[in-house]
Amino acid sequence: MEATVVETGTEGKTWGGGHRPLKASYGKMMMWFFIVSDSLTFSGFLAAYGFSRFKFIDSWPIADEVFTHFPFLHGVEAPMYYVAFMTFVLIFSSVTMVLAVDAGHKMQKGKVTLYMFLTILGGIIFIGSQAWEWKTFIKGDYGAVETKGGNILQFLNTEGERVALADFATKLPGAIQSQSESEGIWFETGTSAPTYTFEEVKTGFMANENLLVRTGYLNEHGVPTVLSREESIDKLTNEGLMVVEGANLRHNEYGPPLFADFFFFITGFHGFHVFTGILINIIIFFNVILGTYERRGSYEMVEKVGLYWHFVDLVWVFVFTFFYLV
Amino acid sequence: MAHDNHKLAIFRGAWTFKSNQSKIWGVFIVLSIITIIEVVLGIIRPEFLTDNTFLAMRLLNWVFILLTIVKAYYITWDFMHMRDELPGLRRAVVWTAVFLIAYLVLILLIEGDYIYEVYNNGYIKFDF
Repeated sequence: MEATVVETGTEGKTWGGGHRPLKASYGKMMMWFFIVSDSLTFSGFLAAYGFSRFKFIDSWPIADEVFTHFPFLHGVEAPMYYVAFMTFVLIFSSVTMVLAVDAGHKMQKGKVTLYMFLTILGGIIFIGSQAWEWKTFIKGDYGAVETKGGNILQFLNTEGERVALADFATKLPGAIQSQSESEGIWFETGTSAPTYTFEEVKTGFMANENLLVRTGYLNEHGVPTVLSREESIDKLTNEGLMVVEGANLRHNEYGPPLFADFFFFITGFHGFHVFTGILINIIIFFNVILGTYERRGSYEMVEKVGLYWHFVDLVWVFVFTFFYLV
Repeated sequence: MAHDNHKLAIFRGAWTFKSNQSKIWGVFIVLSIITIIEVVLGIIRPEFLTDNTFLAMRLLNWVFILLTIVKAYYITWDFMHMRDELPGLRRAVVWTAVFLIAYLVLILLIEGDYIYEVYNNGYIKFDF
């Protein structure tokens, strides 16, 4: 569609407009501008994560011990395998995207359709995996005790294996229990109670001689410190405050609350980008099927949405490094 | 517009492809190998990399960051076709982002380390 064109009479002169010194179309330039500003947003988040991590450098959780699950392999320790799988899915969907752009340059409508479809499929698999990752993270693993100072105490047996709260907490009579609306005359919903109270965990801990406490503080090898039995009892009775199971924005059983906050915020913001990327890809996909770009004589729109999709992949490469590896 | 005149050499010309499609698959293989190295290192955590530090950071973390930047280079240069753009556009995008991000990260990490020192030296009691 031709927009109204205003002639200035200075075309052809150096400062008269109409020059394209960067040899890139308007739409592509604007996509690059957007990508630069969005990458600054993401680096702001990741730098804030680095700031908080340096602030708690000696008590930050080790990602290997937090993300150890793989779907359908319950109870198998699989550190980072699932995140590696997610990374491959996203890189591969980037490959199919760039193949679609390449086919678009050659005006091959059928190939563009196929590769766009595969790209959308990869995006959906990735975002589904991220939802599963969130679910596992929120549900938690072993459970822990939070101290008055906001630190996390985890439990080990003498062989150095993690022990879940359910394995040793003793049920005490008269402990809190969850009620539902059908049981009361006057009912207000509150936060859901943890499965065990702090008193129950403490009693169970005292009764089991072979249990030890592990603090979040890392020793000189970068491994969390394990206390002796006496130190453990002392720490738990004097500083223990509440039971934490899983993760939310205020408490998490893995370490400082900021760890979970940044996890939700950064992977959530990235997941939102993947989600919008899938939506834009679907719109372009239908335009390809309808032959819009065939009639226009150029598949440049595929290239522009491709830039965005690769950017999402690029961000994930950094999130993967700083959340799961470093 | 960079129609059908892609630059087909990577690794500074050491590896030249016959077509743009085979270049895409070549870059995919490079990215996959780097990711596999990262994951294997992340699981094994070799002791000489975790126990030695450079500029107050473990060597392993430097390796991860370096490999990430290599990956970012190939995604930007080959998947986003930065290799085929004019130097002006490339510099406007890459230099702006790199300098601003490097400055932001440097200043925030120094500040975070300072706050850790303040906590650690006992001026503020935060673990009670």
